[in-house]
Amino acid sequence: MFNPFSLEGKCVLVTGASSGIGRGVAIQCSKMGAQIVISGRNVLRLNETLKLLSGERHQIICADLSNQEGLDSLIDQCPPIHGVVHCAGIPKICDVKHIKRDLLNEIANINEIAPILLTSGLLKKKKLQKGSSIIFIASISGICVSNVGESPYSATKGALSGFAKGAAFELAAQGTRVNTICPGLVPTDILKLSNELFSEQQLKDSTIGKYPLKRYGTVEDVANGVIYLLSDASSWVTGTNLIIDGGYTLN
Amino acid sequence: MTLDEFIVAFAAEFNDTPAEMFKADTDYKALDEWNSLTALSVISMIDDEIGITITGADLRSCKSIEDLYSLVLAK
Repeated sequence: MFNPFSLEGKCVLVTGASSGIGRGVAIQCSKMGAQIVISGRNVLRLNETLKLLSGERHQIICADLSNQEGLDSLIDQCPPIHGVVHCAGIPKICDVKHIKRDLLNEIANINEIAPILLTSGLLKKKKLQKGSSIIFIASISGICVSNVGESPYSATKGALSGFAKGAAFELAAQGTRVNTICPGLVPTDILKLSNELFSEQQLKDSTIGKYPLKRYGTVEDVANGVIYLLSDASSWVTGTNLIIDGGYTLN
Repeated sequence: MTLDEFIVAFAAEFNDTPAEMFKADTDYKALDEWNSLTALSVISMIDDEIGITITGADLRSCKSIEDLYSLVLAK
C-alpha cells in the first residue's frame, strides 16, 4: 500500500518520553515503523513507555536535560538518528509582576535552553543523518495566544518557534528540516498540575466551548502531526509552525 | 506576618479596589476585581511573603481574608 507517512527505517530520538505528549509521540511513531530512542529522567516510567512501543530494537537513554552533564550524556549515547522530537517541557504559572529570576531560569532552562543545546550537540557530534527532521513541541501559547499567568511559558514556547526558523534556514543546506508543532490544550499530566488553580469543571466550562471542533486535543492528535513532519511526506516543509488546536485560534 | 500585615499585602494585589475595602471579614470572592489574575497574584504574594504555596481550591474554600490567613498559617 502506498504510504508516504511510513517511518520504516528511521531512528527517532524522543525527549520527555516518560509521560504526556512525549510518551504518545514515541508510541505512535513506533506504530509507523520507527525505531525509537526514548529519553527522560525517570527510568521506571521510561520502562513503562518502552513496554507500550510497537516492534523491537527501541532503546532507553535516561538523562536529566536540565544540566550540561545530562545533555552530554544523552548526546554521547545517542545512536545515529533520522529525527529528534523535543517534547520535554514544564508549565509554570505566574502573573507578570511576581516573576522572579529563579522561575524564569527554571522554565527557560527546560523548555528552551535544553532543546536548543541538545539540537546543537547532536549536530556537532554528527548524530543527525543527512535529511533529518528536527521537531520542537512548542505551543499556540506564545506565537498565537496566551492567558493570565502564562507569560513565562509563552515566552519559552515562542522562543522555540523563533529558534526553529533560524535553524531551518541554516540546516537546509544539508537537507535537514526544522519545524515546530503548536498544540492547543492537550490534557496531560503536567497540564492537570498547572491547572489546579481552577477546578476541573470550571476549566471544562470555560475552555471546551472555545474549540470549534468541540473536543480537547489528545496526545495522538499531536503525535500524528509529528509523524507527518518526520516522514518523507513533509520533505519540502521546513521552518513552519504546524498548529494542531481544534480550531482554537480561529476565535 | 500578622493578620493586619496580611490584609495590607492582600490589598496591594488589587489595582482598582481601594485599600480601605479590605478588612478581616471581607468576602474577597465577592469583590468586583476578583478574577483569575487577582487570584493568581494572591497565590504568588503568599508564596513570596510567607513561603507557603496555596492552591486555587484553597482560595475557593475560604470566605474571608481572615479565613485565608488562618488556612495559610495552618499549612
